Amino acid sequence: MKLKTFKIGGVHPDDSKLASEEPIEQLPLPQTAYISMAQHLGAPATPTVQKGDSVKVGQVIAEASGFVSACIHSPYSGTVTAVEPHADLAGNMVMHVVIAVEGDEWLPEIDRTPDIRREITASPEEIVAKIKNAGIVGLGGAAFPTHIKLCPPPGKKAECLILNGTECEPYITSDDRIMREHTEEILLGATIMMKALGVSRGYVGVEENKPAAIAALRSFAGKYPQIEVVPLKKKYPQGGEKQLIDSVIRKRVPSLGLPIDTGAVVQNVGTALAVYEAVQKNKPLIDNIVTVTGKCLPKQKNFRVRVGCTYSQMLEAVGGMPEKGAKLISGGPMMGKAIVNPEAATLKATSALLVLTEEETRRKAESNCIRCGKCADACPMGLQPFLLSRLAKVGGRFDELEQEKVFDCIECGCCLYTCPANIPLLDIIRPAKAQVTKIMKSRPKK
Amino acid sequence: MTTTIICTVACLVALGLFFAVILYLVAQKFKVEEDPRIDTVEALLPGANCGGCGNAGCRAFAEKLVKTGDLESCFCPVGGNEAMAKIAAALGMESVEKEPRVAVVRCQGSPDKCVRTNVYDGYASCKVVNALYGGETGCRFGCLGLGDCVSACSFGGGVSINPVTHVAQVDQDLCIGCGSCAAACPRGIIELRARGKNNRRVYVSCVNKDKGGVTRRACTIGCIGCGKCAKVCPFEAITVENNVAYIDYTKCKGCRKCVAECPVHAIVAENFPPMPAPKPAEAAAPAAAPAAAPAPQEQPKA
Repeated sequence: MKLKTFKIGGVHPDDSKLASEEPIEQLPLPQTAYISMAQHLGAPATPTVQKGDSVKVGQVIAEASGFVSACIHSPYSGTVTAVEPHADLAGNMVMHVVIAVEGDEWLPEIDRTPDIRREITASPEEIVAKIKNAGIVGLGGAAFPTHIKLCPPPGKKAECLILNGTECEPYITSDDRIMREHTEEILLGATIMMKALGVSRGYVGVEENKPAAIAALRSFAGKYPQIEVVPLKKKYPQGGEKQLIDSVIRKRVPSLGLPIDTGAVVQNVGTALAVYEAVQKNKPLIDNIVTVTGKCLPKQKNFRVRVGCTYSQMLEAVGGMPEKGAKLISGGPMMGKAIVNPEAATLKATSALLVLTEEETRRKAESNCIRCGKCADACPMGLQPFLLSRLAKVGGRFDELEQEKVFDCIECGCCLYTCPANIPLLDIIRPAKAQVTKIMKSRPKK
Repeated sequence: MTTTIICTVACLVALGLFFAVILYLVAQKFKVEEDPRIDTVEALLPGANCGGCGNAGCRAFAEKLVKTGDLESCFCPVGGNEAMAKIAAALGMESVEKEPRVAVVRCQGSPDKCVRTNVYDGYASCKVVNALYGGETGCRFGCLGLGDCVSACSFGGGVSINPVTHVAQVDQDLCIGCGSCAAACPRGIIELRARGKNNRRVYVSCVNKDKGGVTRRACTIGCIGCGKCAKVCPFEAITVENNVAYIDYTKCKGCRKCVAECPVHAIVAENFPPMPAPKPAEAAAPAAAPAAAPAPQEQPKA
């Protein structure tokens, strides 16, 4: 049978899923934890605790401030020692709540037993409220508050839910492990979200390089007949929301449109697990699965990490920075962010810590564009990266950039990956895209 | 054979004449009346088309100037007072003198003072780095040293990156104060300031808005916002806002008390003679530094 995939563009990087056979382990608690207030897309949360307050696991320590925002819960028990700015992984100062960890005392209403609670009693409104109060954000990387996605804007109707288990980024294996170890919880999480959306169809898109995850999900097919497992051909960036919708239900999200315009709501499998835990077990989003990997590391690990421990602590857990290690990346090699400050704290949507050697990270010398068109072929959004980068380089040709739909760029990096002249196309396009989006937003609405 | 050639030539000439008449009539009908003074003004401008005046090139500047007749707001920084005086004379207006300005780089974060914590090997553009992360040092306000200002300068090396300090530097002889570099700097480090008498000027060479401790950890020469300079300034020219001091060049008289007071040496005094010796040797100071005599309004000694 021919496997499904998205139609336009895409590249095939070596998937290097080194940690796929490593079961999830609990990372030991740190002594001091730094909880960032900017863990989600949108306005940073407002701290509700002060220096000297004692907190328990699951207690709210920051409230959502604005429509697109999410609240934050304490992942640790202990005393708040400071509420102050700290450097994040890129060296920018962000407000953090600092907690001196003492013991591990949870709020009593959180169900910590391993039993699976299958009966969904909550009403759709209760589900959305619970998800909102649990501070759940999309764990696929963008960290968009989940409760907003579950409330389609007026006039739009959801028709199906697509769970994103593609994990198209090389190296990362956290979603793979979740799908294998928490299969039923994920499917229950999906059922809960389907109830909240009022839809009866669900899909789980999984790339073919995760046969064990596909088999595990299929073993529950009898119990959850409304959710179809869709194996997909391996191609990056299949995990992009718009690409996944194209792959699974063969619909294209219009330019400047929302995924809901196709009737689909996409959620990551990690988010589904968090939704299950929040709705059925009252557990807010305080931890997630992080892959610690890299070819130069002596061992690969998948950790269950509480939000707010540092990257250096995760690195210590696999034996510290290896001799050959030169670059740390939070996330995968395609879209991940380079870590400048290893003492920065992990966030809700942190999915991986990748260690690369100097050899692996070295940039090749840039040469001239020969107009081969490879970048245009690889662009999954059907843009012309060579043209965009040229317009961006000249500086200020924002009207032309807008005509060329620079705002559609999903910053996947396929153009840069495929360029035979090693031109850092995305690096050049990204600031121009930000500028164009800013100009477009500043225009008065008709 | 000959008839064919004659016919062709005649036809073409006739067609040519016909269209020439049409073109002439159209040109007369849709003639755009333009003030001849615009051409006069444009001819007097230096023609750098740098955009430093805020208009899209010299022609646009000339059009605006002739239209508004406002010499106060229309000023060509490249031609300076000299060119503006000529333009004013040509237009029969009174010329407005403006203080010449120069770009200053408000950062001294060389590698020995501001330690590099990581290596960036991506696309060499300050704008790109600024959008990505804090930069190669612990200071997220300092000069990135990748030269967006250098490529913006249209006056052949007015701004360059110092190969030793990796910080932008301005050549005051080449700089005409057009402001292109200041606009190109994504971190707002470059500022246009008055050149000052004898090119002497005092400014805070730091824009770090972090609290003192954070700044200090990142860079030993960064302004920590202690406010000592503001206290010592006799002319109330210094304000400390967002943990960084700023000297208002319209109020500064160049006494350099702040330079001596600054504990981190973040305040720079350009083109001044060496400071007179401190108090114990005060009596000997005037004799020891005769060159310092014309220093502007120094030592009020009140």
